[in-house]
Order: sequence, then C-alpha cells, then structure tokens
Amino acid sequence: MSVLDSKVPEGPIKDKWTNHKNKINLVNPANKRLIDVIVVGTGLAGGSAAASLAEMGYNVKAFAFQDSPRRAHSIAAQGGINAAKNYQNDGDSTYRLFYDTVKGGDYRGREANVYRLAEVSANIIDQCVAQGVPFAREYGGLLDNRSFGGVLVSRTFYAKGQTGQQLLLGAYSAMNRQIGKGKIKMHNRHEMLELVIVDGKARGIITRNLVNGKIERHSAHAVVLATGGYGNVFFLSTNAMGSNVTAAWRAHKKGAFFANPCYTQIHPTCIPRSGEYQSKLTLMSESLRNDGRIWVPKKMEDVEAIRNGSKKPVDLSEEERDYYLERRYPAFGNLVPRDVASRAAKERCDAGFGVNQTGEAVFLDFASAIQRYGKEAATVNGESNASKDRITELGEEVVRNKYGNLFQMYEKIVDDNPYKTPMKIYPAVHYTMGGLWVDYNLMTTIPGCYAAGEANFSDHGANRLGASALMQGLADGYFVLPYTIGDYLADEIRTGPISIDLPEFVEAEKSVTDRLETLMNIKGSKSVDHFHKELGKVMWNNVGMARNEAGLKEAIEKIRAIRDEFWKDVRIPGGMNELNPELEKAARVADFLELGELFAKDALHRNESCGGHFREESVELDGEQKGEAKRDDVNFKYVAAWEWAGDPGEAVLHKEELEFKDIELKQRSYK
Amino acid sequence: MSDKGMNLTLKIWRQKDAQSQGKMETYQIADISEHMSFLEMLDVLNEQLISEGQEPVAFDHDCREGICGMCSLYINGEAHGPDRGVTTCQLHMRMFNDGDTIYIEPFRAKAFPVVKDLVVDRSAFDRIQHSGGFVSVNTSGNTQDANALPIPKDDADKAFDAATCIGCGACVATCKNASAMLYVSAKVSQFALLPQGKVEAKDRVMNMVKQMDLEGFGNCTNTGACEVECPKGISLDNIARMNREYLKAAIDK
Repeated sequence: MSVLDSKVPEGPIKDKWTNHKNKINLVNPANKRLIDVIVVGTGLAGGSAAASLAEMGYNVKAFAFQDSPRRAHSIAAQGGINAAKNYQNDGDSTYRLFYDTVKGGDYRGREANVYRLAEVSANIIDQCVAQGVPFAREYGGLLDNRSFGGVLVSRTFYAKGQTGQQLLLGAYSAMNRQIGKGKIKMHNRHEMLELVIVDGKARGIITRNLVNGKIERHSAHAVVLATGGYGNVFFLSTNAMGSNVTAAWRAHKKGAFFANPCYTQIHPTCIPRSGEYQSKLTLMSESLRNDGRIWVPKKMEDVEAIRNGSKKPVDLSEEERDYYLERRYPAFGNLVPRDVASRAAKERCDAGFGVNQTGEAVFLDFASAIQRYGKEAATVNGESNASKDRITELGEEVVRNKYGNLFQMYEKIVDDNPYKTPMKIYPAVHYTMGGLWVDYNLMTTIPGCYAAGEANFSDHGANRLGASALMQGLADGYFVLPYTIGDYLADEIRTGPISIDLPEFVEAEKSVTDRLETLMNIKGSKSVDHFHKELGKVMWNNVGMARNEAGLKEAIEKIRAIRDEFWKDVRIPGGMNELNPELEKAARVADFLELGELFAKDALHRNESCGGHFREESVELDGEQKGEAKRDDVNFKYVAAWEWAGDPGEAVLHKEELEFKDIELKQRSYK
Repeated sequence: MSDKGMNLTLKIWRQKDAQSQGKMETYQIADISEHMSFLEMLDVLNEQLISEGQEPVAFDHDCREGICGMCSLYINGEAHGPDRGVTTCQLHMRMFNDGDTIYIEPFRAKAFPVVKDLVVDRSAFDRIQHSGGFVSVNTSGNTQDANALPIPKDDADKAFDAATCIGCGACVATCKNASAMLYVSAKVSQFALLPQGKVEAKDRVMNMVKQMDLEGFGNCTNTGACEVECPKGISLDNIARMNREYLKAAIDK
C-alpha cells in the first residue's frame, strides 16, 4: 500500500464532487472568526483563495513578494480561459472538457480532479462576469469564444490578449474588498523563506520583509501555497523575473512530496532569443494559432536566402512553403497541443530549416487570415468590388481587433511589422505541470499545508492544454480550496491562536537567518546570475525538449558541480537588513540548484515519452505514428512523488497509481 | 548599426534608503546592443558593478513584458522613456544612439516615496482600490449565468480599455501636479460602464476620490500629459467620465 492516499471520493465520477461537498465537515460562521489562514502568492489561485476564504469569515494573511497583489505573474497570461459553457452550440460539455484535458495531458493526470475542474469551469465565468471582468463580447452583447490547441470546440473566453490581466484584476478587486474590511491582512514585498511545522502540522511561515530585511514569523491554522511554477530553473523562460520555487521547495524539504518535477511545458510560440544578455523570453499567445499558419521553406536554398536577407518570406510562393503542422497533423493542423507543436518546430530546426541567424525560428504567418477576414468584412460592408489593398486593410483591422496588443508587443521587441511579414517564433519554457503532490482536497503530504494553482501537480498530467492554467488557478481558489479546507479546519476550532513564540518558530527563524548569513559571507567572485545562467544552459540542453539517459546523467553531475561552486564562490553585495535584490535572487537560485537535480532525476527515471516529457529512447518506430512520442502505460502509469531525504539525489520515489475508469487509455493522435 | 554596440554615459539616482539623501551618480557602459531592452542594459551595468565590488542599482521589475506594471523609471525626463505605448521593460536600446548620456531617475511624487535608488513605494494606489475598486459580490456557485445579462459590445470594449491600466504610476510621475486622476478614473470608468458596477457607482466614486486626496495626490488641471505617457493608452475620456460620476454622486448626497 502506497503512503499516498489521494482521498478520491467513491461513486460515479460525475457525482464525486457533489457527494464530497455534501459530506465534508463545515466550520460554523462564528468559529471561522477564530481561525487564521496564511495564503502565500496572490496570483489567480492565491488571490481568489484569499478573497473567498475571507468572504467566508476566516482571517486571512496574504503574502506577495511583489509590491502589490496585482503584479503576480498570472497577469501575463494572454489567450484565454476554458469553460464548458457550450455557448457556441458545438457539442461541448463537462465530459468533453474533462476528456480533452485528460487526453491532452497524455493520461498522466488524476481523473477525479480533472472532472471536478471541468465541472466548476462554468461557475468561474459566471463569477468573473459578476465581478465586472470585461470579457470580449459579440455585437449581440453575449460572450465571445475562440478555439485553442488540442480541442475541436470553441470554449475559450477571452479579453483580447490580456485575459490573465483581467481575471487577476478581478481576483485582486475581490481581495481589495476584503483588505478594506480588514479580513485580509496583506503583506506586500514579503517573501516566504520557510514553512513552520508544529506537531506535524503546518502552522506558519517565516518571511523576509524585502524592504528592510527583517525576518518575521507568521502563524496560522493552515498554510496555502499558491506560489506558481518553477520554469525559471531554466533561467530563460516566459516566467516573470521573480518567479521561483522557493516556497514549494521549502515545503518539500519539510516533508511535502514533489510530484512529476520533470513535466515541463515548452510553449511553441515565443519570440526567439536574440543574444547572451537576454533576461527572459516573451510568449506570443497560443490564440494566434487560431489564425496564424506555421511554416518553414521547403528548400534549403530558400532558408539560406532568407537568413542572408536576399529573399523575404513573402517572396516565397505557397508551393515553396512547408506548412509542416498541417502536413503532419491534418485533423488538428496548427492547433495541435503545445508539446506536439514544439517538438515539430524543433524537428524542422534541427533539420536545418530554422529561418533566423541562430537557426532557431519558424514563421507564424497571418497573410491567409488577413485575406479571409478582409473578404468577409468587405462582403458585410457591401463592398463587392473591393481591391486587394482594400481587402488587406479590412483584414488587418479585424486581426488588430483580435490580437492588437500581441502584434504591438512583437513589433516593439523585434522591430518588425507582423501585419506585413510573418512573425518568427520558437519554443520556450512556459509552464510546469509538476509541483507539490496534493490529494483530492488539495492538501500536500504535510497536514494543514495546501497547494493551489500551478504550484500543485494535479490536473494537467504531462501536458497542459492552452487556456487551462487560468481555469485551474481560479477553480482551485474560488471553488475547490475554500470548501475542502473546511474539512481540515473543522478540527481546529478549539485550537486557539497559534503562538509565534513556540520553539518551532524560533528554530525556523534561526535556520533562515543562518542560511542568509552563510550566503552573504561567501563573498566569492561570481554574481548570482552567472550561476543561474549556467544552470539554465544545462537544463535547456540536457533536460529540455528532448531528453536521453546519457544527457540526463550528465546533467545531474553538472548541476551538482554548479551547486558546489555556487556555495563556494557566489558574490552578494550589500547587506542583509536592506532592500537587496541580489540576496533575494541568491536564495531563489540556491533552491533552483537543488530542484534542478531532482528534475533531472525524475526525467531519468521516467523512461517513457509522455506529454511535455520526451525521451529519445521512447518513440514509435513504425506505422502511421512513426516518430511520435511513445507512452508506456504498463510501466509508468503513475504519479512520481518524491520525498526529500537530505539531498536531491537521495530523494525517495513514491508512486500514486493512476486509474482510468471513465476514459479509455489510447495513443494520443492528432493526425 | 555596427557590431560593436553603443557606448553610453548613465546618470543614475542613487539613494540608500527612504531616510537618506540621494544624488545622481555617473557610470560608463560599453558595447550595448540595440536589441537589448532598457532593463537588460541595466542588468549589464549591475553585473559590471558587482564585478567591481560596488552595489548594483536597485530597480523594480518583474514580468518584463509590459503587463505587470512593476517597472517604472523616469528616463531623460519621461516616464518609461522616449518610446510611446511601452513600459520601461519594453523600451529597447535602438531608441538611443552611441555616445548618448541617459538620465535615469525614480518616479517622483509625494505619494510615491523612494524606497531605494530607483524603487518607489506605490502602495497608495492599492489603498485607493481598497476604498472601492470592486463589485461587492461574494464567491458563489450560484451567480446568474454569464450570458443572462447581455452587455452592448461598445460598453464592454470601453470598459475593457479602461481596465487595461497596469497601475504603474507613469501618469502620476509625469503629471506636474502628481495627480492620480487617470489611474483612479480608469477603475471608476470600468465599473461605471458595466451593469454589474452600477449598483455601487455612487459610493465607489466618492470613496475612491476621497482616498486619492488623502494619499496626497495633486489635482487635475487637464494638461493631458498622463494620457501621452500612459503605456496602455488609457484615455482622458475616463477622467471626464469620473468627473460626471462624481458630480452625479455629490448632488445626490
């Protein structure tokens, strides 16, 4: 019997959540006032959880390392949020969203959690509209939808290319209402550096006030970690500069199992890197694949001509272009899931067809969409004799309305006009499906410590579908955690306030102070970024889009070496008791250097290809699917949950076997 | 542009903490690529300072794609620098020339005290939101269906345009009165344009304006500088709408 108990309720899948809600313990309103809950992170999951818990009557203490809850990186999500509303009458349903998500995740997610996610998805849209979130609408005043990768329906709600911003500002406004009432005590510019455990239960956190360096103790009856993903272990990613694994990693080292760390999403449509100085990568929303067609030249001489500038992409005729996604995947075309699209881009670029100087770029072309929309608009306007220029003008206007901010962002970064010439894109690290292991109630293996949103592992399996991160963050925060946490807190109504003078708090604070002092006292010769970049290179080259045994073993050796070097030779200027961004970065990179090793270890042990995890040893050798990833359900149909044992290399593997009662396991085909 | 890159002189505001006096310091930086973002140029400077044993320049930043609103900087006398419709993190060095001297200061306003170097405290913005920047609806699985209440596309689009404010504070920094009217009016407008926000419209505008005044922001004299420098193109129309909302609410009281 595994030590992992997923606590999935009994009964048919469609009744599990309802039955569970009906049976779990509740805390009466008067008692909620006696209970404190810490929420770390104020993105979609943390912000919505903090607001909802405070509305219910709990005393919430919320923490963000940024200067305001509104800055959390959920704000940068662009394309949209899925919900099984079936407003488009295209056959969508809770079951279909559930099915698409499980299949899209390559059958490595937990069925019951995914079904619940699909079930509450419609409530999210209702809730957000009620808050005044200005989603895109049609002329009739009803909500508009678009389509995303890996599905055959239009279920994505959006607000231009700023859906994450609008949803986060919705959650932020709900938080503001509670902050104004004093039900949420907001701690901005505070970073969690340790989890405090008393008698086996999560009872608080140690934070550093980033303005004055003060180390503080905060107590509560439960701790919610909604601290996002760890894509920055690659140094270059689409994550914000400050996004980090520290809160989750600290919990891991205190006993929370870390699940599937190797499941990383490499997003197919990002702006290619331009130089060594580069600090981050910028995503171009997947929604662009609704209208953009991806291609590289068919002939190598055209590739070279484009690279040396003697030909422009628009000079190539249709016959000279290889729309490789449409060619390889006729059913889904440009809208295959992200992992498939990314690997296909890598395949073409590895074969030498990359269209920029570095050989790492493909085209994303809107010319066809502009013509198609232009003709439609001309017809609507009654301009039956519209010239080609006029059609282009009308078409560009439609595209501007749909994606204007993305096109503007691209133009500002690259200095190229994407209305006139195709965008250049290349895959980049974007999201991490792995995270803290949680049960059906979103509780980690530490009693009283919960994980929500990207910080947990539960819903996306080995690959997340587009527009599902926002859905999961808000589902966890608005509709799941506020109920399930009551089941645990019902036993805490007589506990009384948790003292921050308990020896466990004193000891945790001391461990934080000691760690920071050690870092400051190294006084070595190299900056934090130097080590972070070294780590990132190893991760990208050996643990990136394609992985193999030899490369992963090498990665583990290299990461250990970088870690040793870091602890001997990092240089952190300034002092501890002041705003010190270098110290903040150092503490985060120290944790990335441990996570990186576990990440590679997990990738090494999983000798199958599934979703975003592609092992070169595991591909289909013949038949229609030749060259596609090959999953191994006989040996790897489980969640890998790692227990800390003193060193990342020593982590102990626990398996949660996955059961698929409602969906038949199949080869994932988008052909 | 040559492969060599640009050589620049940087004049940067250095201030140890909120209590200390600050002053401009001069730095030389070489071989800057035109493809770098402004903040990547500062990263290069900081690496240089660290290797020389000096303290790097503190500045706020996070998403580096123009949406989180964390980055600021007053560059050559303009909030977010010389380009239009961008935040500092989206400003690219191609806007500058070899040999240029660039002046870099924090956003300055009484309501935005300096924390360190180029970092300022914009928590006044949050406190204005606490006073009314929301619709009073609890989380509930039983709110009405999202399509039960159609909203004219034009209203929804205008509300969206107002809601794209990123709360960076460029409007305040650029205003000679350090007024926060554009920022506050963006939120007031978003809700004033939507049926969901109408119920509390009067209290909202009164409370938010009151808090804005308490925080020490200046008055609006319609110079329009805020609209010019706003990286998200938030329109002055919002200020007009807020004034109407305020007048309506004040007459009613």
